Amino acid sequence: MIAFLIKRLMHAILVMFVISVLAFAIQDNLGDPVQQMVGQSVPESEREAIRERLGLNDPFLVQYARFAKNAVQGDFGYSYFYREPALEVIARHLPATLELVFAATLIIVLFSVPIGVYSAIKPRSPVSRFFMGASIIGISIPVFLTAILLIQVFSIGVTVSLFPESTGWGAWLNGVLSTEGNMPSFGRGYDLVHVMGHWDTNLITWDGLKHLVLPAVSLASIMLPLFIRLIRAEMMEVLQSEYVKYARAKGISMRRVYFVHALKNTMLPVITVGGVQIGTMVAYTILTETVFQWPGMGLMFLDAINRADIPLIVTYLMIVGVIFVVTNTIVDLIYGFVNPTVKLTGKPA
Amino acid sequence: MALLEVSQLDVRFALRQGEVRALRDVNFTLERGERLGIVGESGAGKSVAAFSLLNLIAKPGFIAGGSIKFEGKTLNTMSERGLRKVRGNRISMIFQDPMMTLNPVLSIGEQMVECLKAHRRISTKEARGIALDKLRQVQIPSPEKRLDQYPHELSGGMRQRIIIAIALLLDPDIIIADEPTTALDVTIQAEIMALLLELCEQHNVGLILITHDLGVVSQVTQRMLVMYAGRVIEQGPTREIINDPQHPYTQGLINALPQMATPGEKLNQIRGSMPSLSNLPSGCAFHPRCDFINRADGQPRPACTQQVPDFVDSGNCRVACHMVAEMLEDRRLKEESL
Amino acid sequence: MTTSTPAKAPSRWERLRDSFLWYSFKRDRTAQLCLAVFICLVIAAFSAPLLAPTDPYDLRQIDILASELPPFWIAGADEMYTLGTDAQGRDLLSIILYGTRVSLLIGFGAVALQALLGVTFGLMAGYLGGRVDAFLMRLADIQLSFSTLMVAIVVGAVVKATMGSAFYSQYAVLMLILIIGLAEWPQYARTVRASVLAEKNKEYVDAARVMGLRSRRIMFRHVLPNTLSPIFVISTVQIANAIISEAALSFLGLGMPETHPSLGSLIKAGFDYIQSGSWWITLIPGAVLIVLVLSINLLGDWLRDVMNPRLYKG
Repeated sequence: MIAFLIKRLMHAILVMFVISVLAFAIQDNLGDPVQQMVGQSVPESEREAIRERLGLNDPFLVQYARFAKNAVQGDFGYSYFYREPALEVIARHLPATLELVFAATLIIVLFSVPIGVYSAIKPRSPVSRFFMGASIIGISIPVFLTAILLIQVFSIGVTVSLFPESTGWGAWLNGVLSTEGNMPSFGRGYDLVHVMGHWDTNLITWDGLKHLVLPAVSLASIMLPLFIRLIRAEMMEVLQSEYVKYARAKGISMRRVYFVHALKNTMLPVITVGGVQIGTMVAYTILTETVFQWPGMGLMFLDAINRADIPLIVTYLMIVGVIFVVTNTIVDLIYGFVNPTVKLTGKPA
Repeated sequence: MALLEVSQLDVRFALRQGEVRALRDVNFTLERGERLGIVGESGAGKSVAAFSLLNLIAKPGFIAGGSIKFEGKTLNTMSERGLRKVRGNRISMIFQDPMMTLNPVLSIGEQMVECLKAHRRISTKEARGIALDKLRQVQIPSPEKRLDQYPHELSGGMRQRIIIAIALLLDPDIIIADEPTTALDVTIQAEIMALLLELCEQHNVGLILITHDLGVVSQVTQRMLVMYAGRVIEQGPTREIINDPQHPYTQGLINALPQMATPGEKLNQIRGSMPSLSNLPSGCAFHPRCDFINRADGQPRPACTQQVPDFVDSGNCRVACHMVAEMLEDRRLKEESL
Repeated sequence: MTTSTPAKAPSRWERLRDSFLWYSFKRDRTAQLCLAVFICLVIAAFSAPLLAPTDPYDLRQIDILASELPPFWIAGADEMYTLGTDAQGRDLLSIILYGTRVSLLIGFGAVALQALLGVTFGLMAGYLGGRVDAFLMRLADIQLSFSTLMVAIVVGAVVKATMGSAFYSQYAVLMLILIIGLAEWPQYARTVRASVLAEKNKEYVDAARVMGLRSRRIMFRHVLPNTLSPIFVISTVQIANAIISEAALSFLGLGMPETHPSLGSLIKAGFDYIQSGSWWITLIPGAVLIVLVLSINLLGDWLRDVMNPRLYKG
């Protein structure tokens, strides 16, 4: 266990090092803090003095070392726009994003496993065919377009008048196909409940949950079809395996064959891929949050880009890096617990 | 009534290019405690036969006709529920490759206990007790430790011992062993085979041994079936077939055994290779490789290339060969004329 | 490739596979439909200057008073504008044709760049092994774990901030090809590396080495042709991904400017008007994007099934 953690830690440090170098290079090339601090009127000689005092003329490596040291202590500099520590700004926006990712993950897990397993067990049934068709359509719709469609249908509403209103069935069909559009599509709602620190949640109020539905569904929409297809493909392969045949030959119930023998083996590669994909979802939050004006990190990041708020951009990148490293480590740990061939203890088998 | 009675078994695979007949006209019986060998090259349909006995053939394959009767009950028309009570309980199987047979993510104990619990109402503790007892019977070193280990921690030989233990868990009537030693190291093949035989004898369990190894079959079984391209071409008491094979293919197989060759000379072999099931030659499937399609007068026998041979009884054996049929007919005519 | 090497290079095997491809294509209705749709869209997009009723880049042809007109089947439509107009009064049909051209151009360009980088690096990693392999694959891992979209967004943001908005807009097509090409090469590199490792130990490579061929020649002339079918299969998926990535970047304002829009920037521009009921400005380009990507993805699915019969057993 300890050996495993040390190995993970080394890997994490390496990844964070690469990210921090990139982040610092961005900061070094783009930001001129002196410009931000003193404005245009200060003469060049005085600026030079400030630069010298701030150490901006030091060699790259020295500056990087200083940057890294501060970063480790949680000091990422001040946001130009918010005029407060960049980490503080991120911390304020983080909970909204995490709640969104959490809700989307919940949707993905709840739907992908049953649908994927079902369509692997009964690959020729109409239901499986429907889900496979739907999943390829799902993959083909970009996440922001899903979001827009959801807004059009559930928030603005669609009035269908395709069928003649005078006939009973026409009116009925029009009514069925039209939607009212009363779902909120903007922000997190107003009934936020304070939990602790920077964490205000909307998970425990009805209004907050209503605000969460559309963003979470559209964020899940990009990963759900991928997971359904992945689980189906893996499960179908496992079902062909000798040990599944053997389990049947032992006279075990099909339910146990599917859900103990096959599913456990199916989930191994799914967990690995899934970990990476949940990290990837952070990138998609930028799109989802933009469409729904969800006050999370992604929207903040896009604003920071448009405002050229370099410290905030750099901090965001570092935090996202940390999130990736942490999720990957957790996923590896889960994988180790599920898969007996991986020895977390580091003892030779 | 025999313990197991297979008659006119017909297995087909529904493929995109049409139906392929993987098995046809297979007939045999097995008595309690009897050992039967099924021999043939790979692709002859041996494994399909093994799996179809328990109705376990994978999807495109299906049993198209015939019957498999176990204690008088027809297995191939039985419900999945009914079959489950037979599988692993009354008839158990040993698969070819022990590395692939055990589920890698479940412990040995789990895989043994689940089998017991599927067939008997017992507690996990009792089940573990029985499992441990069977592990002792297969002479595995430190059996207590094995229950909590996972397959990847054990060698191939040990895994096959465990699979034999699982096969014996519920004291079955029949064990179907599909090439049980082929995937193992040569040095432990004999050891595992001896263990399997000893345990079968001890518990009076019937054994269906499927193998391409004629040597093993001749030493171990009482009766045997020789298969070629999905059909049985010769069957009968093992000793009689080995000592006096009738079918040219069986003769070829026996001549090809290393112990039949004179030291320093080339091994005998049957020329050509087995046809694919989807593209069988007309008439007798063996005729393109057969050295005996010519009659005594030097003319080729037209039946060999045109007609699928029927079984003829030759002593205690049954053979599907036109040449043999002709010979027997000649002999009969001669005897009659005398 | 076909003419420069002696006639035996595209061997019987190659032709057989081609014919199997063709055979299964003839039997697959979905594949036929998708290919037809895709070809129609490509032809329509690249002949946009001929087909489009107006030139959306020509400011003189734009009538700002005719903005937000609905498409023909809705009351209040102007018959001059079949699919209506956008918020600036541009004919939606014309701007979509031109926009599809931009999207396809970036999609193809980015995939070409990805393939070039990915195949080169993949071959190097797989064939040379050792440190080169370790370095390239670790790089690919990190980039993939960071997600290609994220990398594209970051690179886009940095380039835009460094060069300034005006410059970025001017060279947007080139920039997007570069960004998406750089962000997605690991997919190719991994695929190529895997098949190189599988091919590497086969006898013909040994034979080529025994004959004293240089490793570069062995790689490109002997190993690469045998990795073509996986490259072919992922290329379809990658084109679809590149088009989606471009649309996403444009939607975030890091892509094509509204004066020279792609499908993504049209969707972004129209999104502001969706609340006022002018849904067609955003949803019609959206539908075109979906149809385009869906047809490519379905073709890719079909290709994978045909070239990977192992998966087809089910």
